[in-house]
Amino acid sequence: MSHPLYFFHGADWAVPRPAPGTFAVWRRNFLVWRKLMGPSLLFNFGEPLLYLLGLGFGLGRFVGEVEGLSYIAFLASGLLASSSMNTATFEGLYSVYTRMVPQQTYDGMLATPVDVDDIVLGEMLWCATKGLISSTAILLVAVGLGALHGWQLLLCLPAFYLTGLCFAGPALVVSSVSKSYDFFAYYVTLAITPMYIFCGVFYPTGALPAFAQSFVSLLPLTHAVALIRPLASGGVPADILLHITVLSFYALAGFYLAVVLVRRRLIQ
Amino acid sequence: MQNLDLVIEASGLEKSFSGRAAVCGINLRVPRSGCFGLLGPNGAGKTTTLRMVLGQCRLSGGELRVLGQPMPAAKKSVRARIGVVPQLDNLDPDFTVLENLFVYAAYFGLRRAQVAQRARELLALVELSDRAGTRIGELSGGMKRRLSIARSLINDPEVLILDEPTTGLDPQVRHLIWTRLRGLKREGKTLILTTHYMEEAERLCDRIVIMDHGRIIAEGAPRDLIRQHSEPDVIEVQGAPAELEQRLMALDGGRVERVGETLYFHTGSARNAVALLEPVPDITYLHRPANLEDVFLKLTGRDLRE
Repeated sequence: MSHPLYFFHGADWAVPRPAPGTFAVWRRNFLVWRKLMGPSLLFNFGEPLLYLLGLGFGLGRFVGEVEGLSYIAFLASGLLASSSMNTATFEGLYSVYTRMVPQQTYDGMLATPVDVDDIVLGEMLWCATKGLISSTAILLVAVGLGALHGWQLLLCLPAFYLTGLCFAGPALVVSSVSKSYDFFAYYVTLAITPMYIFCGVFYPTGALPAFAQSFVSLLPLTHAVALIRPLASGGVPADILLHITVLSFYALAGFYLAVVLVRRRLIQ
Repeated sequence: MQNLDLVIEASGLEKSFSGRAAVCGINLRVPRSGCFGLLGPNGAGKTTTLRMVLGQCRLSGGELRVLGQPMPAAKKSVRARIGVVPQLDNLDPDFTVLENLFVYAAYFGLRRAQVAQRARELLALVELSDRAGTRIGELSGGMKRRLSIARSLINDPEVLILDEPTTGLDPQVRHLIWTRLRGLKREGKTLILTTHYMEEAERLCDRIVIMDHGRIIAEGAPRDLIRQHSEPDVIEVQGAPAELEQRLMALDGGRVERVGETLYFHTGSARNAVALLEPVPDITYLHRPANLEDVFLKLTGRDLRE
């Protein structure tokens, strides 16, 4: 544990080659979700409804307009991004760890033609799917409340999925090196919650001091918000390619690193 | 050189975990059909060997072919033809009994419609038909193990690998499992099993290998191994005084071993020993034929393993 590269000791860096087993992994999770769809969807719709009613209308009365948007529209479009992040992150931490360690689900899969590359990609696609579901629920609530409208909202959907992938990769990396659930507290408290607070979900990043602005511009949630908010409010995102590139980079780097680390953990 | 009549062909197979050797250059040839037993104390390297066979762990050295294909390169196509019953059940707790079979079939690329009938037949085989809709958490240990066996057969494998299949199960379940395994053997499947139960190995296995400290220390048919490594009879004596031990040792063709209060007298002429023991008061003794456990303990010693 002392060596800084301990986690990579004896790692297999071969390029991942996911196969059709990926879809079987995704489908397994989908089937479980479908069984428990009721409470899951209630959570997906109920939470944002409370946030948008409470903060959007309540706080919005004092705030007025932000960057040309009513506060409820500003907040809703920010939550679209953060919800994909939070949902994909928690699925990639708690659920993946549960399947990897206590349930030994992956050990079962590794006795079949499904291999680590398929497991990691299947899980990432599933984490992103759950992100997509939760953000879409917020979108529907926001439309229902009249905060967002227009056909262009459909363009948000691929952006939700990309945001989910972007956060699924790092979450899987954290899971693959964790010894217990407690370890996740570091990642959530030091990475996810700060992004939630500082990356432009609740107020524009322009409100931050200059040094902090340049720092948050490196963080993926800033780019997810900058991509999704204009799409949700009928505009065209500035620097759209930059945002897509940054989110894709986190997704791909996370995927590769997660494959290497899960290989090390499961196949030694 | 590739031999298609061999399920496993390993030469100089090695595995170490961060410098600690688990398998030390073993040569292993498992023929097609029949039941092959891999025995050894805890930490002997049995499970590690099986993990390499399944491509679940990288080789540190040597060569390994499974079903004629090089490992771990061919792991996906090899695993498609093998069924596995793991040491610790890893059934999917989020699904029911029948769903477990369907979800597992999907990992082999088999659709629900393709395996629906087979799944029902397998549940009947392991006597779980009336539990098809039960969640895994509500199954007893024996039911879980039987479901693991049904699951391992969902892809109609040529080879079945069972890692301690009856550990911790009651006699009823053990006998049911043995009956089913014999049936699978008759169907022409190759069975490879690890076990701590010597009588299980004697009952099921045509050939066995005994491993210890990562090496193979004996190999052969159970009867041959008993003949080679043990005298034909064993007399276990409780409460024997030291003087009696001396007199037994004086008998021809015997070997005395004392473990705590018990004296084990391994002999080719039990009659003489029985004649000697019969008149001695205050002792109890048991005369039985030598078994695989005697061989196992002789070869691997009586020291406890972690």
